[in-house]
Amino acid sequence: MVTDAERAGGQRRSVVRVVPPARARKLAKVPFVELAEGRLQGVVSSGSSAERVYVSWFTAETHAFHCSTNNNRPCGGLSGRPCKHLVALADEAILQYGVDRIARYLRIDIGDGAESGFDLLRRANCRHEPGPGAVVFARFLRHLAYLEVPGSDGILPELHWFPATAGVR
Amino acid sequence: MLGTTLAALHADPPVGLSDALAVVDGFDDVLAQGFARIGEPEAATLTAFADAFAGTPLAGAVAEAAGKAGTGSGTAEHLAVLAGARSALLGAAHDALLGQLDAALARDRTAGPQEDPVEASGLGAAAAARAWLHEVALVGWAGVDSELLTAADTPVEAALAVPQWRRLAVLLDGFAAELRACVPVSTMPQVPVRRWADLWARGMLLTQGSVPTRTTMRVSGRLLPLGVEVHEHDTAVQILLHAILEPTDGTAPRVVRTAVGAAKTDTVVGPAVWKLFGAHPVLLSVLAQRRSVTVTDLPEQGGDVSWIDDQVEVGEPADPFATARVLLAAATTSAAAALDRHPAVIAEPVLLEGYTVGSDDDGVHLDLGGQRIGVAVDRLPACGPLTLELVTASTACLGLARWDDGGWSVQPLAVRATVRKRAVEAHNGDWADGITDPKAAKAEAKAGDVVAVLRARAGRLLRR
Repeated sequence: MVTDAERAGGQRRSVVRVVPPARARKLAKVPFVELAEGRLQGVVSSGSSAERVYVSWFTAETHAFHCSTNNNRPCGGLSGRPCKHLVALADEAILQYGVDRIARYLRIDIGDGAESGFDLLRRANCRHEPGPGAVVFARFLRHLAYLEVPGSDGILPELHWFPATAGVR
Repeated sequence: MLGTTLAALHADPPVGLSDALAVVDGFDDVLAQGFARIGEPEAATLTAFADAFAGTPLAGAVAEAAGKAGTGSGTAEHLAVLAGARSALLGAAHDALLGQLDAALARDRTAGPQEDPVEASGLGAAAAARAWLHEVALVGWAGVDSELLTAADTPVEAALAVPQWRRLAVLLDGFAAELRACVPVSTMPQVPVRRWADLWARGMLLTQGSVPTRTTMRVSGRLLPLGVEVHEHDTAVQILLHAILEPTDGTAPRVVRTAVGAAKTDTVVGPAVWKLFGAHPVLLSVLAQRRSVTVTDLPEQGGDVSWIDDQVEVGEPADPFATARVLLAAATTSAAAALDRHPAVIAEPVLLEGYTVGSDDDGVHLDLGGQRIGVAVDRLPACGPLTLELVTASTACLGLARWDDGGWSVQPLAVRATVRKRAVEAHNGDWADGITDPKAAKAEAKAGDVVAVLRARAGRLLRR
């Protein structure tokens, strides 16, 4: 017997949007953001060189953070506090996913809400902990590689479970 | 679609449907719990699941698999048998529901082409995917953690590399991303147990070694679009066109489908997805300009037509509402491939007119002479002009009949509406060649060309 509560939560539905789609944002400054491997992590363009990018992350629960170039050179802006790259990463993550989802993933108590990346990070008891940035950079390359995957022809029936949705506009 | 059609759909649900779904629910609850965490109640549920197959050709295999799984010693093969049995139940539910819809619409459905098993190649991808799905089934939804989700990357990459395994790759990637966004699952107020069991079971079936393949026919004729629906998750998007084919061989008009798909990143959303289909300029023009297409010698398998740009030609303007009004009622259609059968894939084109729009706690509905059908407003894609406001103001709706969780609904593909005393028309594919609404175009311009930005990065970084 399906109860009303089950129905409301989509427990017995095949097609229900469990996660809202990412929201559109500009990609020039922070081309890559993800919530994966227990971290908010991503890639931030360098303000001074088109060739250089910074790899930044913020770990769930422990709230340890780090930022380095893709060649593992530590970011000069780290001084026991998150650098501008980490703040930019958090800003863009909020645009893409919404602050609630990020706070839930990172286990940061934002009380009645956080407006910006800075606002979010200052509510965490964060500390600097170096680590290898190459892993995150590899994730970025894997992410970009999707744009090189050839298109498919023929119907993919499994995508009936994933209708595009705008939510309700 | 008339009020009487809806009355026929609402009158009596197919016999045995709720019993079959109750058996499915039992299995889904065990899967949610995890096959490594089987207690007495779960073992009893599995026994009841197997009992539902008594007297069928599946009885022996299901009883054995349920028995082993019930004692916590189920292998991946046993779980695959259970996944197959669950799919058989939902396949039967699909047939019963579609039979009811066909009867109500007086739609003639021909049997699909013959299916023969074809041995698949690149089985490494399938084996890796099966091992991952097995692991997921053991721990249950609450047991899925970041580490297990990272482990999905390997089978996804392996499957993406082989065109034959694209279905599996797209399924796994979307499923894993959804789970990743829900971790820790134990903090979710409601777990979508039917949905995740659907995706898991479909994955298990797709990883089996031989693929039932339908005989391919060749079709030529005039294709008259009814409308497009858009499917997407973080890393895949598909444009699925529903149309009526008037074959040149003089046979009766048929309802057919064709689709093109692209891989993408989660940051490509909304109207930007059209930019991924630059390799299909004819399709984009046809959609944006609402035209017919002349197709020559395209491969077809039971109403699923392959889109090949070199073999299609843009034709005359063709109003999809006129196509539906004139041709849809008499057009024939074909049965789905055996493996694909599931209530969630039911998507029958229908035309609704002469209704009033209402809304209550259950959402928005259309009322046709006292008979109601819900509108799937959560299926209006962000890449097109259809909005809740337009649907609410609509006087005619071209859509797809859908079934989920005990009820029928209509997924709009296009509407005619009266907005500020002006007649307007909107179709999902209107923006295929660029956004035609100034306000939406401005919003899109603000985000910039994300596809171009990402492609430039990919060009610099991936080919060093």
